[in-house]
Amino acid sequence: MQIRPILSAMARNKTGAVLIALQIALTMTIIVNSVSMIEQRESLMARSSGIDEKNTFIFRYMGFADDYNERVQTQTDLNYINSLPGVVAATQTNSAPLTQGGWSMSVATKPGIEVDDVGTAIYFINEKGLDSFGVKLIAGRNFTADEIIWREPGTNKWPGQVIITKALATDLFDGDWESALGKTIYISDTQPIKVIGIIEAMQAPWNGWGGIERSTLVPSYTEFGAGRIMVRTEPGRRDRLMTEIEEGLLSNYKGRLIRSPESMEEIRTESYRGHNGISTILRTLIISLIVVTALGIVGLASFSVNRRKKQIGTRRALGARKADIMQYFMIENFLITTGGVLLGALLTVGLNMQLVDALNISPISWYYIPLGMLALWIIGQIAVYGPAKKACKISPALATRSI
Amino acid sequence: MFGYYLRLSWLSIRRNPILSSLMVVAIAVGIGASMTTITVNYAMGSNPIPHKSDSLFAVQVDSWDPNEAYREPNIPPDQLTYLDAMALMENAPATRQVAMTKVFDIIVPEGVEAKPIEALGRATFSDFFSMFDVPFLYGGSWDHSSDNNRQMVIVLSREINEKVFGDKNSVGKFVRVGSHTFKVVGVLGNYQPIPKYYDVTNGPFNDPEDYYIPFNLVTELELSRAGNTNCWKATEDSGFEAFLNSECVWIQFWAELPTTQDQQEYLSFLKNYVESQKEFGRFPRPINNRLNDVMTWMELQNVVDNSAKVMMWLSIMFLMVCLLNTIGLLLTKFTTKAPEIALRRALGASKMTLFIQHSIESALIGMGGGIVGLLLAWLGLKGILSLFGSEVEHVAHLDVSMILFAIGLAVGSAIIAGIYPTWRACNVQPAVQLKTQ
Repeated sequence: MQIRPILSAMARNKTGAVLIALQIALTMTIIVNSVSMIEQRESLMARSSGIDEKNTFIFRYMGFADDYNERVQTQTDLNYINSLPGVVAATQTNSAPLTQGGWSMSVATKPGIEVDDVGTAIYFINEKGLDSFGVKLIAGRNFTADEIIWREPGTNKWPGQVIITKALATDLFDGDWESALGKTIYISDTQPIKVIGIIEAMQAPWNGWGGIERSTLVPSYTEFGAGRIMVRTEPGRRDRLMTEIEEGLLSNYKGRLIRSPESMEEIRTESYRGHNGISTILRTLIISLIVVTALGIVGLASFSVNRRKKQIGTRRALGARKADIMQYFMIENFLITTGGVLLGALLTVGLNMQLVDALNISPISWYYIPLGMLALWIIGQIAVYGPAKKACKISPALATRSI
Repeated sequence: MFGYYLRLSWLSIRRNPILSSLMVVAIAVGIGASMTTITVNYAMGSNPIPHKSDSLFAVQVDSWDPNEAYREPNIPPDQLTYLDAMALMENAPATRQVAMTKVFDIIVPEGVEAKPIEALGRATFSDFFSMFDVPFLYGGSWDHSSDNNRQMVIVLSREINEKVFGDKNSVGKFVRVGSHTFKVVGVLGNYQPIPKYYDVTNGPFNDPEDYYIPFNLVTELELSRAGNTNCWKATEDSGFEAFLNSECVWIQFWAELPTTQDQQEYLSFLKNYVESQKEFGRFPRPINNRLNDVMTWMELQNVVDNSAKVMMWLSIMFLMVCLLNTIGLLLTKFTTKAPEIALRRALGASKMTLFIQHSIESALIGMGGGIVGLLLAWLGLKGILSLFGSEVEHVAHLDVSMILFAIGLAVGSAIIAGIYPTWRACNVQPAVQLKTQ
């Protein structure tokens, strides 16, 4: 190997090498941290909401006419929707997963203010609720129609029974979720409610919340003047039913507004729009960085090839093979990149510590660093290949020509 | 001389078109990326009411849970309870002060064909408009007496006025909101504070509300509220009355206190108030009253999103990579000019002259990079708009100061990037160089 002459040549012309090494260090720092941020966002977005997103949609209604009677109208509307062919089930609800707006309460296994409580999302649904969201009951039973009560605004009274998610049951009963069934838990500090069923999963509406898997289903219709209706359809019939139901409801009665029917898939996109946007920006940044750094390597390598034309010609005239010349530039680049990625590893960890602090993300896993180094070694070698190829085409005759 | 240098630089740039355009592209890409994110951060963090942001204060008192702070590190709630807001409105010593909350309802325009409009409103006090310098197109605020007498008066946004009354002066006319009829007393001009500083709790980049009504109507008519409500303690009873008497926070509260003395007096009033409430068993936490001026409040409420800040720093690092690149390219370029420089040195040009001439060349390249970079930033902002939607609608725009800043940044960075290559080029030994030719 010819590392020593390469090093001494670099030592005589440090600037170019230092510039490239610095670029590589910064590039690695940004790329590794960006990839880690993208992956963390992707894994958040990959979480299942627990409901049948493909075949569900939700819309809001709001009564305004003088003759509007929410109790009567909501029943009429639900009966109409449930009677349509292709509809699996529909329920009134106050919110849905991914919508980012909803109701939260604290529940505990003991009554009182000073006890350890757990935060949970609250969904008010009727006996068709489980079916309308498409969630899976894994223990206990569903609500019956006569258990659904009307909830007036401002009340602090809760019905006597609820269904909770497995995650909430796990958190309430120290990991033993099955034991939650039939137990009494307390809401609003002192009101006892009985857990009559447990569902596999249903996310809370806020996708940035730490307790996102904790939800409680409460058997109530709400009489708040405005609300939402969740509809689940048979596969493939959702989009047509969305327009059909909106038009149907309005032609039945005009004293309430029907607002923004949206499929749960649209709501998911909207919900993760920020995450998606940032991932896209980071991806663009990574690609631009690779291009700019690679171009920088090509530029400086071509420059040094041009400057050393005579030197290369002389070496060729003295018996160096094309492969030797090629190797010279490849090894030179490898050495510079090595310097860059070593500094880059330090900077990567430094920036990551800042990011963990600022964005509340988890630190990068250790293997990101060697992977990042490897990536930049490869990028460097690919970038220098062209100029190196050009260098080895320099003819030995050049050495003698201009002297 | 300057004109001559400019011409020389231009010739030199044209002599090496590939290298020159590579440099322009490198700077342009860096400027484009960083300007995109700097613009968003700048707009998010801008002062929405510069001439009086030091005398408007968001009021905080800590009525929260004894066991845990509303937000760490020991920050009081960002809104007030009804009890506290009303007590302050009644007795606290301020030039002006307002309590407010967000409401929603349906506005039904007259006529058979007209479609009902879902509208968001702000229930507040008459001083709201003068305190926050809200412009009027027609009419004005309601009287102070309407606040207490709970008169059914309303101020409309320009947009709603256009939908309901066709942009005509509607002062004195009546409008139906939900099941109530209000008399229009004013129509706002174009109003779009960025950020919407007086209510960051319900979204700092949301549009202003569609209508404004006296605050006391919320309790009188039990209107539907649309804003954030937070409770640490269950209400003691059912019904609206119980909710009003609860420890739930849902009211934004601002006071205008122009002098330090006003602020001191206000703070001491708050202290006495909280102490007196403690005797009734309220305010279980240690006294923690705060007055936050507009910019302090923006900072405390994290109006500039941390992700936006991080994106900005990453793109500035990217700009640095691009500049390192430019340094490399300039080095290349000026080295090829060594013979020419040597010749001019030999003919008597001073190092200083040559240095200035080549700095002008760097600046020219920077200028080119800046202009192309602005184009990229404009595209970048379009991209951000399509990625993030309405959330960034009002912050993803270049204004004149940002354009000037971008050009300045590009030229400045190019000159800095050029210092070392220029210095090296100017230090050529004329004798050695000329001999090798």
